[in-house]
Amino acid sequence: MNKRTIVPIGPYHALQEEPEFFKLHVEGEKVVQLDIELGYNHRGIEKISESKTFEETIFLVERICGICSTSHPIACVQAVEDAGEIPVPERALFIRSAVGELERIHSHLLWLGLAGHFIGFNTIWMWAWRFREDVLNILELITGNRNHYGMMKPGGVRRDINKTDIPAIRKLLDSLGDPIKMFRDAVIQDPLIHARTKGVGILTREKAIAYGALGPTARASGFDIDVRRDHPHAAYGMLDFDVICCENGDVFDKAVVRIHEMYESISIIQQCLTQLEKTGGPVDSNPRNVTAGEGIGFYEAPRGEVFHYIRSDGSNRPIRHKVRAPSYMNVPTNRETVLGSTVADATIILAAVDPCYCCTERMAATVDRDDGEHHLSARDLIRLSCEKTDRLMAETGLEGPSLPDL
Amino acid sequence: MNKFDTITAIQTQLGEAVLEVKRKSAQRIYIHISADKLTDASRLMLEQPGARLQIATGVDTSKGLEVMYHWAMDTDGIVITLRVLVGHESPELDSIAPIYPAAEWIEREIWELLGITFKGHPDLRHLLLADDWPEGNYPMRRNHEVTT
Repeated sequence: MNKRTIVPIGPYHALQEEPEFFKLHVEGEKVVQLDIELGYNHRGIEKISESKTFEETIFLVERICGICSTSHPIACVQAVEDAGEIPVPERALFIRSAVGELERIHSHLLWLGLAGHFIGFNTIWMWAWRFREDVLNILELITGNRNHYGMMKPGGVRRDINKTDIPAIRKLLDSLGDPIKMFRDAVIQDPLIHARTKGVGILTREKAIAYGALGPTARASGFDIDVRRDHPHAAYGMLDFDVICCENGDVFDKAVVRIHEMYESISIIQQCLTQLEKTGGPVDSNPRNVTAGEGIGFYEAPRGEVFHYIRSDGSNRPIRHKVRAPSYMNVPTNRETVLGSTVADATIILAAVDPCYCCTERMAATVDRDDGEHHLSARDLIRLSCEKTDRLMAETGLEGPSLPDL
Repeated sequence: MNKFDTITAIQTQLGEAVLEVKRKSAQRIYIHISADKLTDASRLMLEQPGARLQIATGVDTSKGLEVMYHWAMDTDGIVITLRVLVGHESPELDSIAPIYPAAEWIEREIWELLGITFKGHPDLRHLLLADDWPEGNYPMRRNHEVTT
């Protein structure tokens, strides 16, 4: 009988923004069971929110996640607006969608870079993050900040996009087309990446539905949901865009969905800018109070739907504020995808749902169950993954994606 | 499929167990049902095309503990919220995790933060709080006091 060993990944691990603890039970090379423990970063945001005014709540939820830092505020202001029946000027809706889509591009580039790093292609990592800087520059131009934009408020947005800035924003956006095409060609057509990611970590459509998977994780499995289209909010009902879907639900398809979504995002932002050029008007309805009631707001964040529920008793504070981030539904799908895979593939499978990468602490080690001795560090896990790529290179004679000079 | 067929189906099948139907807006419908019919109602929701449980919200109110199951109807563009109310004394609800795995974490969270026991849950243990969190101490209850 094979000896069963536990490979702990986490609680602090660069794969995850929030600390989470994945316990991989392995027999030999094969993963036979996955335990997920969370709560290491439970900050009690919902409870804190009950002591904040509605305006302060928006700043609080902006700090739930450093990457989805505008998705939570958009969902939250919509919940407040739904509860208090607050009108929003049309111009503000276009600004919300534009900022939200910029966030999607920077988040997907971040994921692409890290995914490249985990399977041993550090060139992808460096290139992806280099072009992510351009996206952050656009965000800085629009909002004044590279992250935590402070743009959303109940009733509208805090800053208008100046018409004089729009040509410069367009120019920066246009310059993103070539790099994204470069990644598409490098990743989608490369046979070595196919060998590492196709058929790896499959989530079937049935399981995606049963687990309530969201965002690219669901769409890669053919579970065709996107709240931007299904429940039009912000300016999405007035914009033309496609929802990208794949069929196989493996790591490769999750990458394909994200890469193609970046094209859609650029198109959406261009459409928003066109509307902003054409129309004027206020960007804020300046609500004075939130009437008693309850409201639901959501937004399709880069990782899937973010959900906020607000209940107001007519005072200036919520009496209940519920938040659900997409990783809450996506992370449990790892229990399906990682089973039967090898340890070398587990890194990229767990990373494929994009469980909010941000923190850089990394504490993983393989512990022998009998003597408790640590013999594999976290760096070794990535090394194992990279070695598999090297092995495939040697066996197949393929060189992996080549990225041209720009 | 008409977007209000689901509401009619709930009213027909659950009969008197539907206590109130509130249309907050065209896209947001809240249906208060009696707690013992929760599994039946959830089963019915799962049969609807494009129905997806977004999350459940638990609230401590003066009338009791309220749990709202937010169901997004993705083909209709509406959200139907099923609302149930249980008393403060040893509150219990039927778990829907056996018929819908997505509810597993959701119910664990409500159990530990609000103190509602979910009957039939496959794995009711702490999700966010520490494993040695004192029993009977529920942070999202109104009477919860922070102790150091």
